[in-house]
Amino acid sequence: MKARVMVMLRNGVLDPQGEAVRAALGNLGFEGVGGVRQGKLIELDLAETDPEAARHSVTAMCEKLLANTVIESYQIEIL
Amino acid sequence: MRAAVIVFPGSNCDRDMAVALREVTGAETAMVWHGDSGLPDNIDIVGIPGGFSFGDYLRCGAIAANSPICRAVVDFAAKGGAVLGVCNGFQVLTETGLLPGALMRNANLKFICKPVELVVETADSLFTSGYEKGQRIEIPVAHHDGNYRADAELRAQLEAEDRIAFRYGTDINGADDRIAGVLSENRRVLGLMPHPERAVDPLHGGTDGVAMFRSLAASLVSA
Repeated sequence: MKARVMVMLRNGVLDPQGEAVRAALGNLGFEGVGGVRQGKLIELDLAETDPEAARHSVTAMCEKLLANTVIESYQIEIL
Repeated sequence: MRAAVIVFPGSNCDRDMAVALREVTGAETAMVWHGDSGLPDNIDIVGIPGGFSFGDYLRCGAIAANSPICRAVVDFAAKGGAVLGVCNGFQVLTETGLLPGALMRNANLKFICKPVELVVETADSLFTSGYEKGQRIEIPVAHHDGNYRADAELRAQLEAEDRIAFRYGTDINGADDRIAGVLSENRRVLGLMPHPERAVDPLHGGTDGVAMFRSLAASLVSA
């Protein structure tokens, strides 16, 4: 079973990299991009076969390592 | 006084920190590999050096913070041990939870490598007793991710508890309240982005870091 974790900066935390990407898109002539937020996508291959158990385990991984919850939030998708 | 300096794959200021500890404090200083599970006996202070531990993969300091030796460092700190984290070492300490807040990419996205003015915000710690509160000193910085984030509640708490050790004289990286270094609740863990170990010899171009290591020697030898 696979899990996909999306890690993003929390709302309200300024994202300097996203801001740089937004400015670069503007320079390329792409108009109307009001904001860009950049995050991370992490894919995990799991031995677990029970979706609930997998979600539980991936949540622990996020809390302990995959995200820094001081500045980041995460979303888990079990595939 | 006995010191241990932790070495991660990608540390590059470990020897500088060891030289500063040996030369300024006279401490017997052991280099300790990240895969070791314990610190040497009778250590007075642990130094976590600057660099790019584990290539800054995932987040700066995140992988190092979960290495076997860091579990020993957290136990050491919990028992009142002194820990100094510089630059990547500060990032590691926030990732372990020993220090609050987080360090993000510099607001201007640039790697900043230059001497900067710091304001000493408290002389009440074993790291800063050799300075005076309000003293302005010059210490080099060399970082890409030194933008310290702390929400309003945390900043108010740090301020009320006199735990902001240093501020930048002027904003260089977007850090909240220009915070450059913070102390733990028991005041025995300090993390800061600037490099005091790179300012301990006239050949470094400045010696304003000497007072930090002398403060440590004075507090830890007499302890």
